[in-house]
Amino acid sequence: MKKNNLKGWLYLLPALLFLGAFMVYPLIDVLIYSIEEGYNSASQTFFGYGLYNYSYVLHDPYFLQAINNTFILVAITVPISTGFALLISLALNSIQKLKDFFQTVYFLPYVTNTLAVGLVFMILFKKTPYSEGLVNLLISWFGGRSVDFIDGPYWAKMFVLCFYTIWVVLPFKVLILTSALASVNQDYYKVAKLDATPRWRVFTRITLPMISPMIFYLVITGFIGAFKAYSDAVALFGTDLNGAGMNTIVGYVYDMLYGNSGGYPSYASAAALILFAIVLTITCINLMVSHDNVQY
Amino acid sequence: MSVKNTDLEKIKKTSARREAIVKTFTYLLLTVWAVMVLFPFYWMLLTSIKSYGSYNSEWIPKFYATNPTLDNYRSAFTAVPLGKYILNTVVFTLTTTTLMIGVIIFAAFAFSRLQFKGRDLVFTGFLALMMIPNELVIITNFQTITNLGLRNTFTGLILPSVTSVFYIYLLKENFEQIPDSLYMAAKVDGTSDIKYLFKVMLPICRPTIVTIIILKVIECWNSYVWPRLITDDSAYFLVSNGIQEIRENGLGRENIPAMMAAVVVISVPLIVLFLIFRDKIMAGVSRGGTKG
Repeated sequence: MKKNNLKGWLYLLPALLFLGAFMVYPLIDVLIYSIEEGYNSASQTFFGYGLYNYSYVLHDPYFLQAINNTFILVAITVPISTGFALLISLALNSIQKLKDFFQTVYFLPYVTNTLAVGLVFMILFKKTPYSEGLVNLLISWFGGRSVDFIDGPYWAKMFVLCFYTIWVVLPFKVLILTSALASVNQDYYKVAKLDATPRWRVFTRITLPMISPMIFYLVITGFIGAFKAYSDAVALFGTDLNGAGMNTIVGYVYDMLYGNSGGYPSYASAAALILFAIVLTITCINLMVSHDNVQY
Repeated sequence: MSVKNTDLEKIKKTSARREAIVKTFTYLLLTVWAVMVLFPFYWMLLTSIKSYGSYNSEWIPKFYATNPTLDNYRSAFTAVPLGKYILNTVVFTLTTTTLMIGVIIFAAFAFSRLQFKGRDLVFTGFLALMMIPNELVIITNFQTITNLGLRNTFTGLILPSVTSVFYIYLLKENFEQIPDSLYMAAKVDGTSDIKYLFKVMLPICRPTIVTIIILKVIECWNSYVWPRLITDDSAYFLVSNGIQEIRENGLGRENIPAMMAAVVVISVPLIVLFLIFRDKIMAGVSRGGTKG
């Protein structure tokens, strides 16, 4: 038995070493960083311990802006993307012809580089001295006034960010919901058909309850994902997100760590922990709500 | 009798008509979204074959190219080191994936097949780590790699991403489905653990391993945040950072067609991979995907 003990740990050793160095240690370290006041990256010294970093971050207008942007993004994209994914999946499930084709097409955004395709979105929405851009052309066809979606007013920028985020996250949700819908026992539908149950009633009384665990799974992961939004914003507005007024919480963390405004790992740690607390709270609320409503 | 029959036919007719309307709207919805998804891809291809001059002279963008040209692809590879970025990404992806597969296979084997003291405790710890977001640990990792002088090296890029608790968990679950009797039989034959792992377990669990490899390759190809923090020398840029660099100071801000050529070149490998392994990728993502 002793020999087996040694062997077990030996097989685990590589994983333990990597996880220890790059997950467990950083986890402790981030807590320490966040309470070290006046930490200096160059000399690696600090004055003392306290909560100053948190107070600094919470009073930083850039952070407040980032919080604001992130909450708006979450509040818009999570419900819309989940609802729309449900609609698409229901449509997909009700057809036979071209189903494979549509499924393949819808999945494409998942396998593309967010930064690269974001650049395409940027040129579609951007107004330059040479061209109004394609989206503005469409708007003018319908008699609207052109808007610069990339450097223009706040709501326009937020619209593009939300639109792109939904475009990026939809494949995953559609995939999960289509397979959830396909796995609902067809006998329920047959019985409903015998009884001539109206379509809407079939949906609310059979389909929705049967797939509710998957919907809640998507809502929970959707919240977590949307709170961590960052690279979509970079793809559209460039790396200077503070300048564009479109920074997100994660973006703020990285800006504090590195780049032109970087070199403050303490502030970055405090901001990251605040984000973690927010996400944890929201997830707990979600779990409590789902516990009351989901039928397993 | 005859009256009743026509009634029935009427009902049948209206219900058939309603069915047709619903079907039409269904296809309409699906087509509209399919166009929304495909359009950016069409636009990047289209723009990438427009010449610089003709693109910039189009105040109203055209939906077709009058004089298609491949010049943009040439300038994407010559004006900026796009080839180098791609090579870097390939090296990074292959090394990270290979190392990770090795690490997780041994860990999953230990958790699923070997009996040793503290195993369950360590496994619980692993599960707890799954809840930790990357944003929380990346700060210290950045400091660690910087202090070790590993910035702008492949080692620095690769090291933090060679383990994944989630994939260990996925593989362990799969390993556990292999019946114990197989293991006992192998033991009776005097097969060593390591031989059993490589000759019996890995071939059986090949689908799961392929899934993990594909998911990891997608993740590596698209990774942006860590490479951005850890490299500022363009000789070590991956494609995501490369495209950002191209956008901000590479081809000149206005040379959109050349940028789009670069975007096409970067997007094609994963799309081809997806079209080949469509079913595997979709099954894998629905089991273990996290993006979204």
